[in-house]
Amino acid sequence: MNLVPTPSQTVGPFFHFCLTTDKCSVSRIASPKVKGERVQLTVRVVDGNGELVPDAMIEIWQANWQGKYNHPDDVQAKPVDPGFLGFGRMATAADGSCEFETIKPGRVPGPKNVFQAPHLNLAVFGRGMLKQLYTRVYFAGDLANQEDPILALVPVERRNTLMAYPDTTRPGGWRFDLRLQGENETAFFDV
Amino acid sequence: MDHPIHEGSKVVPYRRNEAGSQPGSLHEPYRASVRRAPSQPLIFLPHTLSEITGPVFGHGEIGDPDNDLTRQRAGEPIGERIVVTGRVLDSNGQAVPKALIELWQANSAGRYAHDVDQHPAPLDPNFSGTGRTLTDENGTYRFVTIKPGPYPWLNHYNAWRPAHIHFSVFGRAFLSRLVTQMYFPGDPLFAFDPIYQSLPDEKARQRLISRFDLETTQPQFATGYKFDIIVRGPEMTPFET
Repeated sequence: MNLVPTPSQTVGPFFHFCLTTDKCSVSRIASPKVKGERVQLTVRVVDGNGELVPDAMIEIWQANWQGKYNHPDDVQAKPVDPGFLGFGRMATAADGSCEFETIKPGRVPGPKNVFQAPHLNLAVFGRGMLKQLYTRVYFAGDLANQEDPILALVPVERRNTLMAYPDTTRPGGWRFDLRLQGENETAFFDV
Repeated sequence: MDHPIHEGSKVVPYRRNEAGSQPGSLHEPYRASVRRAPSQPLIFLPHTLSEITGPVFGHGEIGDPDNDLTRQRAGEPIGERIVVTGRVLDSNGQAVPKALIELWQANSAGRYAHDVDQHPAPLDPNFSGTGRTLTDENGTYRFVTIKPGPYPWLNHYNAWRPAHIHFSVFGRAFLSRLVTQMYFPGDPLFAFDPIYQSLPDEKARQRLISRFDLETTQPQFATGYKFDIIVRGPEMTPFET
């Protein structure tokens, strides 16, 4: 059977009271009990005028510290961590930013059985966005980035747009700027 | 510390969207898209475990299931009661069980229970405008709600959105994630709405319109609408189809 997927339509400006209430937001992807290197990630969204985007929604999907996704189609012989789903969801605030508390994921196999560098999968939704955009958050300075098969598909001069950079003001702090358009536009993926 | 690649880590890629079946990021008549659409082409990403996995929810993992918006408050909301039901299927026609569906909408006067909504239409103290549910083993979902009203917005002079219900759906994979809007048949505002019109293909637009269904309609209670939601599914070999 061949069914055509339902078209996307914008999440609009009024999603918060459904999707990102206190109960439905997930800022803490990993509780302190979850194994792995702690990460405090700030994601900031900027539009094509360089203005902060105060009404976007960010979703994150990631593997655990050993590079295993909590999903039946990940059949790697590695354990899942109980209590770690690997999903986060937050609305941006007036400063265009939102926060996630998580762990750095391990390496996950990629094309041609080459291991990928640690990364978070990120989808951004917002008013003015007719469909979500997909990108990835890598960790600047990780040596594995040099051999990541997906980064290798991104033009060299744009790879920096996929990097989170250390935020030295706090332990485990990282900052990721998401530029929807214009100078240093984030590389988005056709998935 | 890396584990050897397990034979079973082979990835079955998902089907790609057909041209014209989804909106582009930029649709100039929708003004807010002009500064929020990427100007560079998207980079083709071969599917890895990162794309073909995604969050699988159980009851209680994100809020409480609540699929009857007419019974969430002390009194009943004003408006035309409707039942909205359908199935979540993947592009191979397979049911998607335990899919989380979240829904939000304006009330019957066209007003959202949201701080940002400034439309001077009355709020309804008996209507939250939000619900959630998980599909059953056949991929079926069902909501009881009231029909939302159309409402004005500032995109252009005398701009009105057709009546719609927002749907957020998690399929099996992060790449099958879908946020969309369901419309009602025969809305006279379709021709003037840049969000609906962002789809270049009339057949694609039709996929956003629910269908009145007499069998879903409950005598002396509520009219019924059917809306099936199709999310992306894996590629299948000829032997599997």
